[in-house]
Amino acid sequence: MAREKGVVLLDFWVSPFGQRVRIALAEKGVDYEYKEQDLFNKSEHLLKSNPVYKKIPVLLHDGKPICESLIIVQYIDEVWSDKAPLLPDEPLARANARFWADFIDKKVYECGTRLWKLKGEEQEAAKKEFVEIFKLLQGELGDRKFFGGETFGFLDLALVPFVAWFYAYETFAKFSMDEECPKIVAWAKRCMERESVSKTLSDPNKVYEFVLFLKEKFGVEY
Amino acid sequence: MAASREAEEVKVLGLTVSPFVVRVRIALNLKGVQYEFLEEQFGSKSELLIKSNPVYKKMPVLIHQGRPICESMIIVEYVDQVWAGDYASHSILPSLPYDRAVARFWAHYIDDKWFPKLVVILKGGDTEEAHAEAAEELKAGLKLMEEVLEKHSKGKPFFGGDAIGHLDIAFGSYWTWILAAEKISGFKLFQQKQTPLLFAWSQDFCLDVAVKDVLPDVDMLVEHAKKFSAWMIQNAAAENN
Repeated sequence: MAREKGVVLLDFWVSPFGQRVRIALAEKGVDYEYKEQDLFNKSEHLLKSNPVYKKIPVLLHDGKPICESLIIVQYIDEVWSDKAPLLPDEPLARANARFWADFIDKKVYECGTRLWKLKGEEQEAAKKEFVEIFKLLQGELGDRKFFGGETFGFLDLALVPFVAWFYAYETFAKFSMDEECPKIVAWAKRCMERESVSKTLSDPNKVYEFVLFLKEKFGVEY
Repeated sequence: MAASREAEEVKVLGLTVSPFVVRVRIALNLKGVQYEFLEEQFGSKSELLIKSNPVYKKMPVLIHQGRPICESMIIVEYVDQVWAGDYASHSILPSLPYDRAVARFWAHYIDDKWFPKLVVILKGGDTEEAHAEAAEELKAGLKLMEEVLEKHSKGKPFFGGDAIGHLDIAFGSYWTWILAAEKISGFKLFQQKQTPLLFAWSQDFCLDVAVKDVLPDVDMLVEHAKKFSAWMIQNAAAENN
């Protein structure tokens, strides 16, 4: 197979993980070809590019695949290092950014999924846990403009795509992120002032519709 | 004088048997960094651990100049970055971005998909079928690692090339646990014939001066298997929460 030159992104429109990569590419001003994937009928190309997980996002750079959203973002940061640095330079700050991004990976999506999949007591427990997760993140943010300090960075882009899911989560589990974690909501608004973010994040209403679709198809994971 | 001052600056909190703790110690050894090892008590968590890692309350924790860093491979990358350049000629991560992405990907796979199967084997209590299935998946994982080694080492002894690197550390830290699991469960997980490169690699890895004093002994792991297995399950359960 001839190596396809340039940057290709295999992705799914509503995926917060894919959106991390899109935001990173936008921040760096990288031209790329976006290839929407059908996750319910996976293409040969996707299966071949990510045989281990068979998941999006996959970045292909001159035909070579890179998988796992945060690993892709770090790759983008290292290759296009001349512009918009995403990870901090200082080792402790860098380790801290990675730590919290990893925390987000471990906790947010899985807990969020329980918010719409479960009912009654289990949903209440998930809601409590979800709020705790974001209160921790809020604590980490403190009074800073971004998680990266004055500049938007790695940790901001690791988290911000999930903001588009707040409306769906709030509606199904009956709570308000604005009430529970006002600093996070304020931070999200600041992020949305950046074109890379506002042009990438899904419309919360569309996310809600998508979650409705998933609810009908209960148990389907992507 | 300088050496002891430096040793005061770097501390590692953990248990000697934890593969995650082993990773940090290998990384520090590769860089020639003196450190103080603060051994945790089995079955309980020290004040210092809880204070240093309030989010997860888990080991390892690296404390450098009073500041904690958590999560084993994040610590390894931190060590690689801090003790870099002239100070230590050895770079743990590869130099090219693509090679780094590959190393990070497989390190993630090991922890995410492969390690939970090892826990199933060590746990006991599940059905024979569940154990057999986990054993098959572990073997398939080892075959994958053989392919990765073949593809990315370019004929050199380690995943990292001439010297131990990021993926060697991530994967190798489990090595004696794999051998202990075989003895405990009776399942043959690692077969030299099927994975000859891994066999050669394991010889080099286990004998490496940065590894040999910190990789726990197989017989010791088997002897204390019950205690350690309970810890592994607790760890895995905590991670899944």
